[in-house]
Amino acid sequence: MSTTLEDPRLVEFDVRTDEMLVNMGPQHPSTHGVLRLLLRTDGEVVHETTPHLGYLHRCAEKIGENLTGPQWIPYTDRMDYLAGMNMNLGLALTFEKLLKLEVPEKAMTLRVIIAEMGRIASHLVGMGAYGLDLGTFSPFLYAFREREIILDLFEEVCGARLTYSYITIGGATHDLPSQITIPPGLASLTGKSPNLKMSWTEACLLFLEWLEKRIFEYHTLLTRNSIFIKRTAGSGIMSGEMAISYGCTGPVLRGSGVDFDLRRDGEPIYTRMYEGYNYDIPFAMFEGIKNIPSEVVLGDNWCRFFVRMLEVTQSIRLVRQALDKYPKTAGTFRVPFKMSTKLPVDECYLETESPRGQMGFYIVGDGQAEPLRARAKSSCFCNLSVTGPLCEGILIADIPAIVGSLDIVMGEIDR
Amino acid sequence: MTIQEIYQRLVDRFGADKITGINEKATDPWIEVAPAAIGEVAQFLKGDDQLALDSLNNLSATDFLETDAKLAAKFPYQPHTEVVYHLYSFRRKHRAVIKVKFDRWKNNEAGQLPEVPTVSHVWGIADWHEREAYDMMGIHFVGHPNLVRILCPDDWEGYPLRKDYEFPEEYHGVRGQ
Repeated sequence: MSTTLEDPRLVEFDVRTDEMLVNMGPQHPSTHGVLRLLLRTDGEVVHETTPHLGYLHRCAEKIGENLTGPQWIPYTDRMDYLAGMNMNLGLALTFEKLLKLEVPEKAMTLRVIIAEMGRIASHLVGMGAYGLDLGTFSPFLYAFREREIILDLFEEVCGARLTYSYITIGGATHDLPSQITIPPGLASLTGKSPNLKMSWTEACLLFLEWLEKRIFEYHTLLTRNSIFIKRTAGSGIMSGEMAISYGCTGPVLRGSGVDFDLRRDGEPIYTRMYEGYNYDIPFAMFEGIKNIPSEVVLGDNWCRFFVRMLEVTQSIRLVRQALDKYPKTAGTFRVPFKMSTKLPVDECYLETESPRGQMGFYIVGDGQAEPLRARAKSSCFCNLSVTGPLCEGILIADIPAIVGSLDIVMGEIDR
Repeated sequence: MTIQEIYQRLVDRFGADKITGINEKATDPWIEVAPAAIGEVAQFLKGDDQLALDSLNNLSATDFLETDAKLAAKFPYQPHTEVVYHLYSFRRKHRAVIKVKFDRWKNNEAGQLPEVPTVSHVWGIADWHEREAYDMMGIHFVGHPNLVRILCPDDWEGYPLRKDYEFPEEYHGVRGQ
């Protein structure tokens, strides 16, 4: 009688070898920064994963207690350094909520444009780096080519490429430029003259038009790639209840089948920015989308990745509508806000939908301009906390696939 | 449910000696709970069908103290430490803020960590948030399965986010200040 093994991993459990402790990180390329995972392994099977963090701790909260709101904004850039614009927005809105500051419609539209462009840039890196984790290099290069143009556009707006400090309390520091030279990357990709002058909105539209046609290429490279599907589908499965209990948010939560997005379900001060826009919130199992690979299970790595990919398309839709609306909006791009404005004896907490999840800021005022307590609740911190339970009884090679699918940024976790 | 309704439901269940107050005037209205009762209250907040607060968005601690003698006269708070729980219900779509207030040090003896029951068995994420609060603010969460430092190294001394924290002169030969 011949015996067939349904799951070859069962043998590994049967034939126990000596346990071994393996340190993965802190300088491991697939841990997205300085994360150390301590693995207790038996052969190739991981029994326990313990994340060790803090290598990038820069005392951001303690610093925040000694600075006023506008002064703390540059520190939020350095938390999630791949989505600085969205972090600025989160903090600015929290102070506006605390001070009951009204922002003109023009500033809100401008913020939608910038925040959604930031989301596209961040998800492009998420996609490229995930491919890199799984051993394919080309998507990373394409992703960075596209992101480069977004960074060029951001540079035209505020002068910085990574740490913007652009969205600030009361609006944004500058208006969108009325005339720029076309970003060099965009000129060469679209075959335009490198000296072409156009307005920022025209350049942005030109870029979106170009990007939209490229998205199917990423799907061919990764999403429908059979090797990629084999590495990601069916592993790292997380149920919706587990995601909620562990505080997972953003694409990680939506990948587990929970239909929740703060842009729609958040607090009024945030949701009113997105009122009147047409966009969908993708969540697993992706109703209305054909050709989902049959291996995919609700809440696995592939779902989390695919949510990000679909969000890029939705962000493009949002930016288009906002660009269309921008010239017609009333008000200015900023209402004046004094650096030395005293905070009320009050406190408030606000979460916004940053690309990696719900980024929360908690500010306690005591009558001084500097807050008594400035807390940044990191979305990646919560998303990372689930690695321990997710990485039980899997193969070592699957760990980069699971950690990569959470799309963490250590700067935000360690603060 | 509004915060008033949540408060009423909690008072009906636990009585006024465990649910000690409500502040409706704050930007985010909050309910105050006695420190010793937070474990069972948390269980009820999540398990009760009406409340169903299944998500712990944020757990943070604040140290209320003004160390500057000049500013201390104008300081609007009594010196104390508190833990804040920001909750959300995915099912019922409402929010709640729960606060626990206690003395800065246990029995007012400097160095004795104040004690609060853990909620890590109720919400999975509370495990890490409580470790961070312990690390930064020096709060002992009683019953926590693994209360060790999370951001600072294991041999770090003191609790950096306390207002009277003194910065170390040196750490393993690295000069501070």
